[in-house]
Amino acid sequence: MDLPGFFQWLEGTAGSVAIRESTLLYPIIETTHVLALCLFLGMIVLLDLRLTGAGLRAIAVSELAARLLPWAFAGFALMAVSGLLLFYSGPVRASRNIFFQIKMAMLMLAGGNALLFHMTIYRRVAAWDLDPMPPLRARLAGAASLLLWAGVVVCGRMQAYNWFDK
Amino acid sequence: MNLLPLFQWFEATALGTAVRESLWLFPVIECVHLLALALLGGTVLAVDLRLLGLGLRAQPVEGLARQMRPWFLAALCAIITTGIPMFLSEALKCYYSPPFWYKMSLLLAALAFAFTVRRRVISRGGPSMLCKLTAVVSLALWFGVGFSGRWIAFY
Repeated sequence: MDLPGFFQWLEGTAGSVAIRESTLLYPIIETTHVLALCLFLGMIVLLDLRLTGAGLRAIAVSELAARLLPWAFAGFALMAVSGLLLFYSGPVRASRNIFFQIKMAMLMLAGGNALLFHMTIYRRVAAWDLDPMPPLRARLAGAASLLLWAGVVVCGRMQAYNWFDK
Repeated sequence: MNLLPLFQWFEATALGTAVRESLWLFPVIECVHLLALALLGGTVLAVDLRLLGLGLRAQPVEGLARQMRPWFLAALCAIITTGIPMFLSEALKCYYSPPFWYKMSLLLAALAFAFTVRRRVISRGGPSMLCKLTAVVSLALWFGVGFSGRWIAFY
């Protein structure tokens, strides 16, 4: 079975139909997805503001990362579970939607950016932990993170509109 | 007091009409509204978590709040500035939407609480029970604003 065939099958499963046709379930899942944004992106933005040197300069970078990232991960888990359920409720339309496709691509880029940051410049954070203006590579990682996650949010919101649906 | 004529006037404003008649204006404004929500939520959460003894525990509450304030205010400005044209474009729908009235009531309560009780607790400190209670009330109010805001689309 190819991917479109799989999504076709998925859309016909009882769970998918149940979410799609419920009056309360769909809004509740969607509200969870939107509000978890505060927990996930809110924490990420605070760290990125520090990384770009734009704000929170009096707090050590490692302290922000250690104290805020666990909350961001909890927010991400909420977003991922609610997001998967939203996708599950209508996989055929979502998978064909250009905004959804761009969102998934940006999501992977944002993840790659975070991974790269933690494996490279963040390894040496002790050397620049208290610098009000972090090194260029950290500033770039923070700026890329802000742009990519903003793109993910924008594409996610635009997914509701079917301007370019095939 | 009948507010319906006022809401009809809101709906007929040039700004409301422009947003309503444009295909892309509402979605674009909505995106900025959402991005501002993330920042607003982040700044509120960081301080409320701290009041609960979680998150940035090593930071003094007042110093943390002082560093968050400009970002909180910027996010608040952005979210209100984007909220107004969206409201104007569908003022009549809002008039008949229960979630809209819940949202506005909770927003006023959340703002009043943030600029009075919460601000005072942050600057004066106090017993940890008071700090925790303040954080819980703040989180509950803002959660209510976000929750009912999303439900304007459904009811």
